[in-house]
Amino acid sequence: MDDIHIRITGVNKMFASGGRDLVALRDIGLEIPRGQFICLLGPSGCGKSTLLNAVAGFAPPSSGTITADGKPVTGPSPQRGMVFQEYALFPWMTVEQNIGFGLQIRGVARAEIARRVGELLELLSLADFRHRYPKVLSGGMRQRVAIARVLALDSPIMLMDEPFGALDALTRRNLQDELLRIWAELKKTVLFVTHSIEEAVYLADRVIVMTYRPGTVKRDMMVELTRPRDPSAPAFNALKRELGQLVMEE
Amino acid sequence: MGKRNWLEIVAGLVVPGVVIAIWHWVTVKGLVHKSVLPTPLAVLERWREYVLPAHPFSEQGGVWWRWAVSGELVGDALGSLYRVAAGFLAGAGLALPLGLAMGANRAVHAWCNPLVQVLRPVPPIAYTPLAILWFGLGDKPAVFLIALGAFFPVLMNTIAGVRQVDAIYLRAARNLGAGRLTMFLRVILPAAVPYILAGARVGVGTAFIVVIVSEMIAVNNGLGYRILEAREYMWPDKIIAGMVTIGVLGLTIDMLMNRLNNYLLRWHGGAEH
Repeated sequence: MDDIHIRITGVNKMFASGGRDLVALRDIGLEIPRGQFICLLGPSGCGKSTLLNAVAGFAPPSSGTITADGKPVTGPSPQRGMVFQEYALFPWMTVEQNIGFGLQIRGVARAEIARRVGELLELLSLADFRHRYPKVLSGGMRQRVAIARVLALDSPIMLMDEPFGALDALTRRNLQDELLRIWAELKKTVLFVTHSIEEAVYLADRVIVMTYRPGTVKRDMMVELTRPRDPSAPAFNALKRELGQLVMEE
Repeated sequence: MGKRNWLEIVAGLVVPGVVIAIWHWVTVKGLVHKSVLPTPLAVLERWREYVLPAHPFSEQGGVWWRWAVSGELVGDALGSLYRVAAGFLAGAGLALPLGLAMGANRAVHAWCNPLVQVLRPVPPIAYTPLAILWFGLGDKPAVFLIALGAFFPVLMNTIAGVRQVDAIYLRAARNLGAGRLTMFLRVILPAAVPYILAGARVGVGTAFIVVIVSEMIAVNNGLGYRILEAREYMWPDKIIAGMVTIGVLGLTIDMLMNRLNNYLLRWHGGAEH
């Protein structure tokens, strides 16, 4: 692969915990090509969210480097839009205002914001809710708004921290399908954290299985199944079983 | 309105009705002398006198609405409300920017907090002698005391409001590209509004308490002045009429604050985020 979008080299992350140093990440190295859908998979506490936060620029690694488009990551940037598990919508803004906020900050003209927001409302079937506040929306709807808010930035990289973890199974599958549709259409590089093996196999081009404390890359595996994927297909289940064993060992 | 609501209203009237009935009974039977506790009807009559203009309407007197509000009670209520409004606006107006600065900036907090903590437990009423010494008699010392009463609730809540802003909003905003000013105006400030409004409501309540006390000391109109004056004339019916007015006015202000609260916080409530 020549077009590496995100490059993670020799990343370590230490936390001080009760006077001792806790090694959260040890010697992580990853090269993520442009347009790849990559899942970080592992049990809670394996450091996958820590790695995602480092890529987002919220918490820099203790050592090692992360570059995006060849430039070192030094802080959060709209170039790397983040979707949080807790949605993190601004409750005092309507759906429309939440989605347009990033554009507004950037000083985009009002008419252009309205046009972009209108498109995203259509894309995520949110048009009927544009003037509502987040409190009246269901979890699935809120996460749609959060995705639209990141898409509005038009960032080439989407970071997703267990975004569907709090949703019921049906809503979850719907949003997974929508995410895949958007990804196929907009060709973003997606770094997606999950602890669900099924979710990883359903979504990803490539799955990174991480070890538990310290977090290291245990297995780097391409998912060769054709899309759209059928979770009841034997090949799907075989892969699930294989990944399941790797995760269980942790 | 459903049947249930009507029942609740009726239920709510039972206890006051019983209290008034007992009051009526003890006074009419002469168990308590009427110079100590007048009958409810005497209070009502006195209240009517207190509300209505002193003289009948005459063409020479000017426009009718001026006549209609020329009653003593209207003047007193407006006087008290004016002081509450002026004092509250002054107190809250100073507390809000200071609270925002103290909440958002560690250095400002470190500099100002010790003095705030020492002054906060001093009841506004304890400033009365100083207020009179500094401002003499009249509206000025009263407004000063009311401003003090409103200042601290608004200040403390504003500080708390700014400090409790959920870190996830800050992260999301930084990720969306918010700079410091945007962060403050569009994220921290709105997130703190529920706390600030709760502080404002307490502040108005305190202002309303302080206005009555300060009118007993420093000025010669207003509801607080009037009930003290009534004591000097030995008019318990007027004292109670004034107290009822104070209660009704306080309740009205609180209801209006609640309305404003609900409007400004229409986004608030339910699950977080």
